[in-house]
Amino acid sequence: MKFLVCISLVPDTTTKISFVENDTKFNTDKVQWILNPYDEWYALVRALELKEANGGSVTVINVGGAENDQVIRKALAIGADDAIRVDATSDLDSFSIASDIAAVAKDGNYDVIMLGKETINYNGSNLGGMLAEMLDLPFISYASKLDMNGNVASIDREIEGGKESLEVSTPFVISCAKGMAEARIPNMKGIMMAKSKPLAVVTPQAVAPQTSTVKYELPPAKAACKMIDPDNMDELVSLLHNEAKVI
Amino acid sequence: MAILFIVDLVDGKVKKGSFEVASYASKLAANTGTEAVGLALGTANDSDLADLGSYGTTKIYHASNNAFNSFDAGVYAQAVKDAADKIGAHTVIFSMGLTGKAVAPRVAVKMNAGIVSGAVALPDTSNGFVVKKGAFSGKAFALVSINTENKVVSVTPNAYGATKGSGTATVEAIDLIPAASRITVKEVKRQQGDVAPLPEAELVVSAGRGMKGPENWGIIEDLAASLGATTACSRPVADVGWRPHHEHVGQTGVAIRPNLYIAVGISGAIQHLAGVNQSKTIVVINKDPEAPFFKAADYGVVGDLFEVVPKLTEAIKKFKAQQ
Repeated sequence: MKFLVCISLVPDTTTKISFVENDTKFNTDKVQWILNPYDEWYALVRALELKEANGGSVTVINVGGAENDQVIRKALAIGADDAIRVDATSDLDSFSIASDIAAVAKDGNYDVIMLGKETINYNGSNLGGMLAEMLDLPFISYASKLDMNGNVASIDREIEGGKESLEVSTPFVISCAKGMAEARIPNMKGIMMAKSKPLAVVTPQAVAPQTSTVKYELPPAKAACKMIDPDNMDELVSLLHNEAKVI
Repeated sequence: MAILFIVDLVDGKVKKGSFEVASYASKLAANTGTEAVGLALGTANDSDLADLGSYGTTKIYHASNNAFNSFDAGVYAQAVKDAADKIGAHTVIFSMGLTGKAVAPRVAVKMNAGIVSGAVALPDTSNGFVVKKGAFSGKAFALVSINTENKVVSVTPNAYGATKGSGTATVEAIDLIPAASRITVKEVKRQQGDVAPLPEAELVVSAGRGMKGPENWGIIEDLAASLGATTACSRPVADVGWRPHHEHVGQTGVAIRPNLYIAVGISGAIQHLAGVNQSKTIVVINKDPEAPFFKAADYGVVGDLFEVVPKLTEAIKKFKAQQ
């Protein structure tokens, strides 16, 4: 079974967010880039578990410049067999990224294409559905469980107000949420082996983005927290009703 | 050139987020000199659909084929595309719930439409089509221009709000042939009860490790019941099994945007804040005055939660009785 896991690089969760060039660009100065947690913790780790149980291979794919290689190596250190980087450096949107990954996926005949439920920088949840559409595959989003029996997958996923269990045959695209797997920390052997694993660099598709970010804004600064006497909950209720107007 | 919005149905009932997208699409239509029409897929009561007219829309197209009662993003996307073609809609608006997250990007590819998901305000159409959306886990906003003729937008629940007026919409049957599904649904389990599911809840009462154990959750449930709120919890609480995983809010759980978020015994780690920091009003109850959550809160109470929470419940009951 061939797994393709899409990995994105995102600013570390604790990054202080700021912008430059008249608020048109994210300020990457001193930003620590990490693997998108949902791609790493859930999609990659579950793909590795299934490969270890049933055989096959796990390839990770990232769209971005050479500066991404260091973080891609982390995915290899966790256990991926090889990596592909689509060498795209211009401003991209989810459509152009999906086009790049779909082109690679078409050639690779992957059985399961996996990714996290969303990235923590754009929070769009667009890539999985776009990939599935471009590849004409079923798409199962926000999955919390994936088991394979031959080419048939048993999946649990979140639905509006509940949970759904379903089956689907390979190939398919799946976005992964909490419950899918537990995070793994790369060990020294994995880190050493990662250095010699193949990392192929391929040419991007010439696809123009359909959207462009024209400006960023920070939320207005919060007023200081109003402290309420713990013995005066009537005051809190009054503030919630009259000032905040939420009850 | 109509604007098409998608009506979300759960077990035949119109979901609250649909009122919000009806309002959003209707206002956008008014701003751009066109009309907003809805599309409902699957079994629904036509009089319920007609009620969407009070949110500004004039017409709902209803494809009642049973095949749409089972959710498959591929089948839904084909139906939405077919409907957009029939109606002549170039812009499609979704609520960014779990259905919208799966279907909207597929529709965007089918329609060759640029997509912005997670919109928090109406598009600025004064010079192009620029949509404001949340980014960096709620720590910022991005203004994104859609540069294609066709456009897809999904709206963050509770971000825009529903504006109720009067009027009813005409409900018209539309014949959409469902594509064959490649997914076999084995079982569907939905939470029962009257309160809203977390992603769309307007009022949320959440608690963390400060509760000391699952046996103490009665005071949280009482507080939530007094408000008609949905209950939630922090990650450690879900991880140790004190509360079910679907209640876990935060970066790794459900991201929410309620009008009121009451956090009890939660210190406010950055990963938790990333899932709740877009709440309109945050109340923090914690015995530790140095808890980082107070920095993100609008109202804070420093005290023993086992004393404060029952007092707050009583105060809310008293307030409700006076209303």
